[in-house]
Amino acid sequence: MNQPVNPADIHKVIIEQQKARNRKKMMVNGVLFLLLLAAPFMMYPVFLMKILCFALFAVAFNLLFGFAGLLSFGHAAFLAAGGYTTGYLLSNFAGLSTELGILAGTATATVLGLAFALLSIRRQGIYFAMVTLALAQLVFFFFVQAEFTGGEDGMHGIPRGHLLGLINLEDNLNMYYFVLAVFIGCYLLVQRIVSSPYGQVLKAIKQNEPRAVSLGYNVDRYKVLAFVISSALAGLAGSMKSVVFQLASLNDAHWHMSGEVILMTLLGGMGTLLGPVIGATFVVNVEYQLSQGPLRDWVDPILGGIFVLTVLAFRSGVVGEIQKLVDRNFK
Amino acid sequence: MTMIFGVPLAVLSGQLLIGIINGAFYALLSLGLAVIFGLLKIINFAHGAMYMLGALVTVVLFDLMGVNYWVALFLAPLLVGAFGVLIEYFLLRRIAGQDHIYSLLLTFGVALIIQGVLTNIYGVSGLRYAMPDMFKGGINLGFMFLPYYRAWVIVVAMLVCFGTWFIIEKTKLGSYLRAGTEDSQLMQGFGINVPLLVSLTYGFGVMLSALAGVLAAPIYSVTPVMGSNILIVVFAVVVIGGMGSIGGAIITGILMGVVEGLTKTFYPPASSAVIFLVMVMVLMIRPTGLFGKEA
Repeated sequence: MNQPVNPADIHKVIIEQQKARNRKKMMVNGVLFLLLLAAPFMMYPVFLMKILCFALFAVAFNLLFGFAGLLSFGHAAFLAAGGYTTGYLLSNFAGLSTELGILAGTATATVLGLAFALLSIRRQGIYFAMVTLALAQLVFFFFVQAEFTGGEDGMHGIPRGHLLGLINLEDNLNMYYFVLAVFIGCYLLVQRIVSSPYGQVLKAIKQNEPRAVSLGYNVDRYKVLAFVISSALAGLAGSMKSVVFQLASLNDAHWHMSGEVILMTLLGGMGTLLGPVIGATFVVNVEYQLSQGPLRDWVDPILGGIFVLTVLAFRSGVVGEIQKLVDRNFK
Repeated sequence: MTMIFGVPLAVLSGQLLIGIINGAFYALLSLGLAVIFGLLKIINFAHGAMYMLGALVTVVLFDLMGVNYWVALFLAPLLVGAFGVLIEYFLLRRIAGQDHIYSLLLTFGVALIIQGVLTNIYGVSGLRYAMPDMFKGGINLGFMFLPYYRAWVIVVAMLVCFGTWFIIEKTKLGSYLRAGTEDSQLMQGFGINVPLLVSLTYGFGVMLSALAGVLAAPIYSVTPVMGSNILIVVFAVVVIGGMGSIGGAIITGILMGVVEGLTKTFYPPASSAVIFLVMVMVLMIRPTGLFGKEA
């Protein structure tokens, strides 16, 4: 113990450890990637795309909730704004290539997100959640009354069209790989954001906001940006979803949906990258399985039960708990 | 016929009355939320479900055992309040000390369960509850017709709101509650049973909500989902008023009911959205809410 330790050695060890950890992560991600590539040959592609869309939605939400510590109870508004915009454009402007429709949907959600952020950022914690919830309800009422959404009936028969005017997306396999590419792109983007200096500041704000303020960070601007990015990605998820299912409905705008994405994120592990993906996969599967069986009318109470259990016993989520286990046993 | 801004006076005053009644419900509900938030720092997402339970219990008690309105007026809030105490004791207590966000999520889950289970039992089409005989009819005030029951709702709501305000601001028990909000550990040190206080406070807040439910049973359609939409409106009311004061919650509730009623008269399509629009404006001008103190 008394031997002098060269600080440079410690540094080297730490870097070695980090490299080993990164290698492991790369391997996990590589295996997941291969699985995703092969998945449509083993399972129904539309179902897989549903999972991917919700996973993207949850990843977007998690950027805000898990990393910036802001609980938005209004993310359904962005999902729906993206979906309706894309659906409207693709249905009414024949020949518009699909990616433009999706981009327009994302842009709408982004602008809406900026408006939400500027209003809600003035309140914190629980109030923030209530303000976003109320704003999303306002958007919901707008969608109920607006003509172009089809009100209670929703928007049907949205054409999938062609990607870049070339690739026929009516083909489920083409559509799947397009969704997969977008999803992976967004996932990597979020990963990049989180590990960037900007992401570090976000985490600092989450952990101790007064300190971040006293260090001279303009906390509100960081939060607004996180909100806008998150709502943009949520809108993208909604746009993709409306193209995949050729359908946009009020369900996407209802506050129930905002609750569901919270559940996905919390269950999978908030503040982890993979968590929301796992949570979304789980929730979509549970809903699907239940809807097939005798418990089809009991989806809501069962989700509520999962919610309660997660909050009581399982706050770190699947990925968080596994991380804890690994940290405890293999250090 | 007298016209005001192109609207007949009778129509205007009728909508105003409906507005005041809705406002009375908003006031009762946001008051309950404010009481619970004050001591427990919990946003009770199950508040709408408790309101619905109050109404549903009233209907079911009558259908099964013929319990009349007057008994239900006391019995239903007590039953639902006791249920609330159980929720506090078995669920909320376990996450005390965690981030407040978790209590919001927990009560959200509870609301989903209650609403989902009851939807499966009673459906969403709505149950009818007969108006008690003595409230049938109304009086003609000359410029408008005032049904007795509506007048009764306003009177009860005002009495309960004032009573709650009085207990919390003016009595010994209220001073314990307020002190518990400031520093619960110190209160514990003074020999006050804070956990009991917390349970009872949650139960009381839930009772207020259930009472609103009983009052609503004869005039609104009773369904398992009746609480979910009104809850979000009440959240907006709370944001507008700020949770700083009990009185603020009451005044804002009634005010917002009136604003909604007026909007229904002059521009109906916006009536369901107007409270949220007011909230947006308040947030822009006075982010802490009309009566809010905290930053």
